[in-house]
Amino acid sequence: MSSDALAKAPAAPDIPEHADTLRIVPHRRLGQWAAAVAVLVLLGVAVNSVLRNEAFQWDVVADYFTSASVLRGLWLTLWLTAVVMALGFALGALLAAARLSANPVLRSVSWGYVWLFRSIPILVQLLLWFNIGALYPQLFGVRTVNLLTPIAVAIVGLTLHEAAYAAEVVRGGILSIDRGQIEAAQALGLSRWRRWWRIVLPQAMRSIVPPAGNMLIGTLKGTSIVSVIAVQDLLFSVQLVYHRTYQVIPLLMVATVWYTIVTSVLSVGQYHVEKYYARGAERTR
Amino acid sequence: MTVMVDIRSVHKSFGSLEVLKGIDLSVRTGEVTVVLGPSGSGKSTLLRTINHLEKVDRGAISVDGALIGYRRSGDKLHELPEREVLRQRTRIGFVFQNFNLFPHLTVLDNVIEAPVSALKRPRAEAVESAHRLLKRVGLADKADAYPRQLSGGQQQRVAIARALALEPKLLLFDEPTSALDPELVGEVLDVIRDLAHRGTTMIVVTHEIGFAREVADTVVFMDDGRIVEQGPPGEVLERPREERTRLFLSKVL
Repeated sequence: MSSDALAKAPAAPDIPEHADTLRIVPHRRLGQWAAAVAVLVLLGVAVNSVLRNEAFQWDVVADYFTSASVLRGLWLTLWLTAVVMALGFALGALLAAARLSANPVLRSVSWGYVWLFRSIPILVQLLLWFNIGALYPQLFGVRTVNLLTPIAVAIVGLTLHEAAYAAEVVRGGILSIDRGQIEAAQALGLSRWRRWWRIVLPQAMRSIVPPAGNMLIGTLKGTSIVSVIAVQDLLFSVQLVYHRTYQVIPLLMVATVWYTIVTSVLSVGQYHVEKYYARGAERTR
Repeated sequence: MTVMVDIRSVHKSFGSLEVLKGIDLSVRTGEVTVVLGPSGSGKSTLLRTINHLEKVDRGAISVDGALIGYRRSGDKLHELPEREVLRQRTRIGFVFQNFNLFPHLTVLDNVIEAPVSALKRPRAEAVESAHRLLKRVGLADKADAYPRQLSGGQQQRVAIARALALEPKLLLFDEPTSALDPELVGEVLDVIRDLAHRGTTMIVVTHEIGFAREVADTVVFMDDGRIVEQGPPGEVLERPREERTRLFLSKVL
């Protein structure tokens, strides 16, 4: 049929001469509105009860929020998190490289490490390291209890645990890269080191950053577990206060609010890091 | 005329599948060799052995008088350390079917990466020559773009500029237009044709028979891991001696 004949053919019954003058009315989603209202009401009730329940003792929260001992605990939590993340990812990257290497011994050892340290609960691991002196009373000619102070136990235990997870995150990132990228770099004569730092890692970071951000936030809160071996982190600091004053809830709120603030800051940071590594990923600039 | 590439008795298997069953081929300096053949005939694998992206199982390849990937002493071939292989590769440009540009680097950074990091050229000098090369492939205004912002044809032209930045003695093209939309094939072939006219030694694996007829000095037809016949395009493409060549040409023309 020629286009002329098509234009003159009668339109379908529901389509008038000027179809573009018809107004499109979106269908009403009453269920969505009802759900939104219900959730807002519930939220209002919850917020109201938190603010009006005297037992929260917001004035006590305010008193201790920036007290010296709480801030010292917060500082320890922050640097412990940073140290554990840095060491954990450094060890994790080595484990990932070993797992992806051509050497079967390295591959097996890396696999075994990840299997072992993902199998032991972190609490159990910390207690084991804390009591390692029972197994090895002396390490490097020094009494073990002097070498492995509670804070050293915290760093060692958390790092070994973190590295097992970081290894899998880094390995996943590397596997996400197209084989052709490495071949192109090889064809151009780029050294192994240069291929890793310039080509593989920056591209792998796109898939590494989101789970790493998750791990960072998890670690920040996870460090609170070191309070069981009497390391004075944020949680242990507020516990010291409420063991003395019995103001348990307001002091737990102090810790809660601080953890929330730091997590928020880290989330904003993650957003910007993701944006940085996404460069070149979109078609438009 | 001197010989640029000399391939002797090359065999290669992947597991139990033998993909190259004894290849002998010479490419003279300044000539364009086009390799044709059905999928799975081993033509891409052959190309990849020339810059040692694939190791051969038997046989030897030399480029510009140097054995690729090995050092010979007596009747033994000793594998070269990776550093040496990488140095050899800087003299051989390779253009991939899927471009394989680095998506996180700008066009300019893609082109200067190898001269700066592998050849230790001063950055300013590399940038200047990169701009010249981008102009030559018609992309002078795309230096700051990222690869994904370009069309397939533009990306492949950047990939050619990137290969040229090392000033290679030999260029290898692995189906350079097979991943492109039909209307973008021409712009890439134009660039390759221009290189051919400048006397660049090239081996091109392709399905573009018209291009082979026009540009090739030698056409090589491969099937089932062997070279079935080779010769000037006027002979291999117009008056093929072998039945398999005739059959292949009747399907693609």
